[in-house]
Amino acid sequence: MALSGVEIFKHLPKTNCKKCGFPTCLAFAMKLAAKGVSIDACPDISEEAKKLLGEASAPPIKLITIGAGDKAVKVGEEVVLFRHDKKFFNPCGFAVAIKDTELSDEIKKKIEAVKTSEIDRVGQKLRVEMIAVTDSANDPAKFASVVKNVVDSAPGVPLILHSMNPSVIEAGLAHCADKRPLIYAATNENADAMAKLAKDKKCPLAIYANGLDALTSLSEKVKGLGVEDIVLDSGARKAKDMLEHFTMIRRSAVKKSFKPFGYPVITFANRDDSMMEALIAGIGVMKYASIIVLNSIEKWKMLSLLTLRQNIYTDPQVPMQVEQKIYKVGEATDKSPVIVTTNFSLTYFIVRGEIENSKVPCWLAILDVEGLSVLTAWAAGKFSPTKIAAFIKESGLEKTVSHKEVIIPGYVAVLSGSLEEKLGEGWKVVVGPREANALPAFLKSKAV
Amino acid sequence: MAFTIPKENYNGKVYEVELGVGDRAIKIGGESTLPFLAFEGEMPNRPSIAIEIQDLPPSDWPDTVKKVYEKVSSNPVAWAKFCQDELKADAVALRLISTHPDQKDTKPEDAAKLVSEVLNAISIPVIILGSEHIEKDIAVLKTVAETAKGKNCIIGKAQEENHKTIAAVAMANEHKLIAMSQLDVNLAKQLNILLTQMGFVKERILTDPMSSALGYGLEYTYSVMERIRLAALQQNDGAMQPPIVCDIGKNVWKTKETIAAEAELPEWGSLEERGIIWEAMTAAGMIMAGANLLVMRHPKSIELTKKLIEELR
Repeated sequence: MALSGVEIFKHLPKTNCKKCGFPTCLAFAMKLAAKGVSIDACPDISEEAKKLLGEASAPPIKLITIGAGDKAVKVGEEVVLFRHDKKFFNPCGFAVAIKDTELSDEIKKKIEAVKTSEIDRVGQKLRVEMIAVTDSANDPAKFASVVKNVVDSAPGVPLILHSMNPSVIEAGLAHCADKRPLIYAATNENADAMAKLAKDKKCPLAIYANGLDALTSLSEKVKGLGVEDIVLDSGARKAKDMLEHFTMIRRSAVKKSFKPFGYPVITFANRDDSMMEALIAGIGVMKYASIIVLNSIEKWKMLSLLTLRQNIYTDPQVPMQVEQKIYKVGEATDKSPVIVTTNFSLTYFIVRGEIENSKVPCWLAILDVEGLSVLTAWAAGKFSPTKIAAFIKESGLEKTVSHKEVIIPGYVAVLSGSLEEKLGEGWKVVVGPREANALPAFLKSKAV
Repeated sequence: MAFTIPKENYNGKVYEVELGVGDRAIKIGGESTLPFLAFEGEMPNRPSIAIEIQDLPPSDWPDTVKKVYEKVSSNPVAWAKFCQDELKADAVALRLISTHPDQKDTKPEDAAKLVSEVLNAISIPVIILGSEHIEKDIAVLKTVAETAKGKNCIIGKAQEENHKTIAAVAMANEHKLIAMSQLDVNLAKQLNILLTQMGFVKERILTDPMSSALGYGLEYTYSVMERIRLAALQQNDGAMQPPIVCDIGKNVWKTKETIAAEAELPEWGSLEERGIIWEAMTAAGMIMAGANLLVMRHPKSIELTKKLIEELR
């Protein structure tokens, strides 16, 4: 069970030496209790106390790394049930399933799809991270050859080795054991052999049991066999069971420190209907799955899932921001209007979307105000005439357009006089609409 | 260590609200748990989906969704019948977009005439939406609410600036009311309190927290809704207990993801599927956060969302 700050404090040196970076041992203890710092930050703690507190200060859900190198996927270490309570830390990983019985052309296409899955959204690179090789023939040699093929043609992409037969897994591991694949899965029947493979090869091990009671005992059994890095599968495949099981697992781990469930969750969204598969995966993204295996990864589908994941895993305290620059929207020319707004990603997206809807090409001048919306930035003094004018001058806008007119958001109409002054001789500031949805009408009437 | 189901104890529940009249009336809300967590509470009614139609042919909808309605969209009455008879809609949301001064500035009486025709043509519940122009909506919704008296419609949307008049006509004509605020838990609560203070029955309110589309602020709406639901259940806060309506079609179908051709952005894949999944995924997000009523556009997105809802129950 989790210890309170005061209970933790009893085991600390109580010297207030500040070496941990906190002013007092009590402050450090409080931070430990909130799981915001590692026990290792205290250099003087006794080994005995460290062992005792290590358990209590560990995050309620263990961090598991799948794969090696810069493409490794880290999942787990979540501390809340609702993103507004803090945030969701480690975005779930997506994997595409490749059956070892699939035609080599199909396999090649899927590998290629993974390698070209990267999209750029609000400055983040998002992609399908993993490949799950699935044993369908119960043939170790066949499985191993597909694993080798994937390792060779998609170097660095983390793997999930999917078979209930330990000798099939062992054959696959021969080609990738040093790359830390996730072994899927240990069951009640094969637990000893699978646990031995995972321990020998230092790989994380997924465990599969039907239902949460069976999963509890299997988790304890596998831990007892010496496996530290565990991933959970309760067998939930229907949306209702996924939602209920994953909620219970997350609650048990986070609110009750229930150790058998203190690990990330893996699920399979496999459906014949790819759109339905996308929605089922979406439930996993929102409700606590850490690894989601898909049958297919069409571009339209991954765009929706990667975007959903980005939305859900965004830190609610830190607004998403876009880069400060002059963006070209449509086929803008030196005569096109210039619209100024802030770099809060939502503001940028909505304003850009409305400009696109208007079909009037524009230059969109985005000022870095640390991701605040127009009114908030204005109130905080970050969207001021001085700053806007400096940005316009430094951005080289004068070389891009042949006119000297900028449009500002209607909410900050009050800035227009002062901004004109700061911009200097010949500049004109036009007050635009308050809401972005009035931009199309505004721009069209301006274009006439 | 034995596993015990970690249940939460909730004190409150969402109001159950009935929409429409007769055989085709529907109920929404009434749950005493977070969405679909049947192990710890009741969710007597599934989220319903209203299909959005409007009083003007939808010139600004992307082709993917516009073409579905091309045979009926020039005639709102035929369009409404198509939604009821062919698409088996739970409800229809009629947006009186032409009343907006920037559109055709249609007169309230003309809008009311159309509302009356639509109501006479179909028997499923009707949500009557203005153009979200603060001043014009006052005049339009007043007139149409009178016309629709006795049909137990939903009238909307009342915002802070015009809620008094709109709530008064909804009340006088026995309709339900959508109260929309700007993406903020406290504003949503405050508007509901203002409405009840003027005598509006709180069991007749639907909260619109201001929807957003996947990739365009979905996470804000999602978290505002989760917080509203938790306040309703944990704190038994009456001002947070109206069902939630999410008007997503209009947000989804103006995003670049539903408009840009594959030729322009090959890394985004097929436009047809992309548009449909964009609306369905947005809907999935809203129902997981607590939506009771969705307003949507594409029949295929609606069908997918309904399948998902079935699978969650």
